[in-house]
Amino acid sequence: MDFSDSPEEATFRSDARSWLDANATLRDGSEKAQDHFMARDADEVARARDWQARKAEAGWAGLTWPRAFGGRDATPIEQVIWNQEEGRYAVPPNAFLIGIGLVGPTVMMHGTEAQKAAVLPRALTGEDIWCQLFSEPAAGSDLAGIRTRARRDGDDWVISGQKVWTSGAHYSSHGILLARTDPQVPKHKGLTMFLVDMSDPAIETRPIRQISGGASFNEVFIDDLRVPDSARLGGESEGWKVALTTLMNERFSISVGRASGGARAEELIALATRVERNGRPAIEDGEVRSRIADFVARQRGLEFTSYRVMTSLSRGEAPGEESSIGKLLLGKLRQEMGAFGMELAGTAAGISVKAGDDTARWRNEYLTAPGNRIAGGSDEIQRTIIGERILGLPPDIRVDKSAPFSEL
Amino acid sequence: MNFGFSEEQDTIRETLARMLGDHATLKSAHNRLDGADGFDTATWSVLADGGWLGLAISEAEGGAGMGAVELAILAEEIGRSLAAVPYLPALCMAVPALQSAGTQDQRTSLLPGIAKGRTIIATALAEGGGLAPDTVSAKVVQDRLSGQKAPVTFGAEATHALVAATDEEGTPRLYLADLSGSGVTIGALDPIDRTRPAARIDFDNAPVELLPGSDPAAIRRLLDGAAVLAAFEQIGLAERALALTTDYAGERHAFGRAIGGFQAVKHRLADMFAKIELARSNAFFGAWALASGDSRLPEAAAVARLTALDAVQFATEESIQLHGGIGFTWAADPHLFLRRGWQLKAELGTAAIWRERLLGHLATPLRAAS
Repeated sequence: MDFSDSPEEATFRSDARSWLDANATLRDGSEKAQDHFMARDADEVARARDWQARKAEAGWAGLTWPRAFGGRDATPIEQVIWNQEEGRYAVPPNAFLIGIGLVGPTVMMHGTEAQKAAVLPRALTGEDIWCQLFSEPAAGSDLAGIRTRARRDGDDWVISGQKVWTSGAHYSSHGILLARTDPQVPKHKGLTMFLVDMSDPAIETRPIRQISGGASFNEVFIDDLRVPDSARLGGESEGWKVALTTLMNERFSISVGRASGGARAEELIALATRVERNGRPAIEDGEVRSRIADFVARQRGLEFTSYRVMTSLSRGEAPGEESSIGKLLLGKLRQEMGAFGMELAGTAAGISVKAGDDTARWRNEYLTAPGNRIAGGSDEIQRTIIGERILGLPPDIRVDKSAPFSEL
Repeated sequence: MNFGFSEEQDTIRETLARMLGDHATLKSAHNRLDGADGFDTATWSVLADGGWLGLAISEAEGGAGMGAVELAILAEEIGRSLAAVPYLPALCMAVPALQSAGTQDQRTSLLPGIAKGRTIIATALAEGGGLAPDTVSAKVVQDRLSGQKAPVTFGAEATHALVAATDEEGTPRLYLADLSGSGVTIGALDPIDRTRPAARIDFDNAPVELLPGSDPAAIRRLLDGAAVLAAFEQIGLAERALALTTDYAGERHAFGRAIGGFQAVKHRLADMFAKIELARSNAFFGAWALASGDSRLPEAAAVARLTALDAVQFATEESIQLHGGIGFTWAADPHLFLRRGWQLKAELGTAAIWRERLLGHLATPLRAAS
């Protein structure tokens, strides 16, 4: 049990810091809040691409990828160290999380040599930006229930259907798409994965506005998209297996990301020191102190939980039981902190009453947090996963598990 | 960074789990609840014979010379077994106090006896609802102690007590009292957990010996260390409560299937699991901070204690709920864990105290109302 950097980690950190010092400027607090994932406009996408290209050239992109694919063979802990260090600098949002974190590892595991050569180098340098075309209007938590169809037509496939909640689709060049190729078998068995070009005119992308006001995800309409069989990733009808690789890497990327960044509970202390409650500084109010202390305790627990996950992964072990709780607890914590920050900063309704107060920041935190509780497996799905896979409880009744999809 | 246990440490855990599982059974805990002796001397002897009581005592002083992480492992397994032994006050508080604030003479005369199980030192920091060094009214004048300490866990079973009292300048310090000496009156209290007996000790001009290195900061450090180790004990007991409830939910049938298959039950068990793992992560950092002497120990201890308190209360209350009617009976196991959880809360202070300790470090201490 050692919380300090090992000698190798210390060297990695100081190398990272030297390169960042020479290539970026430290944050000075004036930067706009950003979620480090979604670019908001074309200008931000261009800046993100440029930053990614420079990182790739210097060997700081795709850190955990094998060297054979242009990565650094870094440990998950080194990835966290990089995130911590990069987070201190004013750099553009990372629009490449899906390409590098999800699609890359999936292609490495299931792709042909030609697919690896076409996908991996351009994902690493940021030339291509990837999105994940999985969820549909009628299939989110129950992903295997998707209806987008891919039909054989000679040597090609013709794909039609609708995807939704696709983050970054509006600026992505490529997508990893799950489609149903055989409706005559049970739902998990008739799926196939494809790699598609988002600039094809058969694909139409419409941004969806979230409750936070931003529009970082989309609905995507696919109307007779024709792709060659070489766009198929993995075997025909083996799409579920391929999707599980992607989803496993999604959880890993979320775990690594969580160890760094995000609003800190300590910021509520600073806020409570500036504002008043019942005629006295809010930080002297017993309820305020008690709530903040609980937020700090929970947030530290989540941070240390990701270090436990990183330790398992760096030892070459599968992430232990702890890896499933982070996602479940994070969204609710952010939601509660956002609500509390709004109440502290302004009025209970989150109306900014004084220019420059913190209301907008906490309101944004509050209005984006529900996304954490839904995306990547809702709280409810996470609880079922913990109950069944970790605690070994009897599975939910799934009446559609063995019937052919066409008969559901 | 390495946030896990070594292979040697895993072996220690397995050995302890087996030993405690054999000797400290839930049946014996029920017997104590029904009036048998609250101190499991048999298990204490087994721990002494195995060398476990001297785990963190130096080899020169009769121990094994290991550290806080190994103590944490022992704490977790004690929690899991609900063993009725004075592990926390004697090994997690009195030993480190002697090591950090005692004289060489005090260490030489007491530590070997502790390692062998002959000497048991209770820790008397509490007075009613408050904890030293913030709440201390017992006083020492010319090496004589007067005042009342309660609750003192295993106070009636101990040979000595480490007592927080003010010196002649009014500064809280730690004193060593021989409980068989003059001026000491011990009365049993009625604790919520009878596997963890508690006493009230009245001192009336009782002769005591100062631990010269003890001052208010040292008392706080002692509490921080104890809170970290207690968090492991809390996690161990919460995890056992979760395990027995999970087993029950897999066996008990209603509406044609095991009740653990219903999401209302399954999701509650998942929430128990999540709270326990969150607490464990904080406890890990606390154990590292304690073992390495890191300056963040006060914060680490507070967050470990806060999440452990929450996990225990939730897990033990919901364990009773998910057992249904049987869970509400005296003969069933769930209330054993609920009781131990409350006892551990009482011994080192409630969440209100630790929230304030945390905020005192991160922000500014709350001023007393004028």
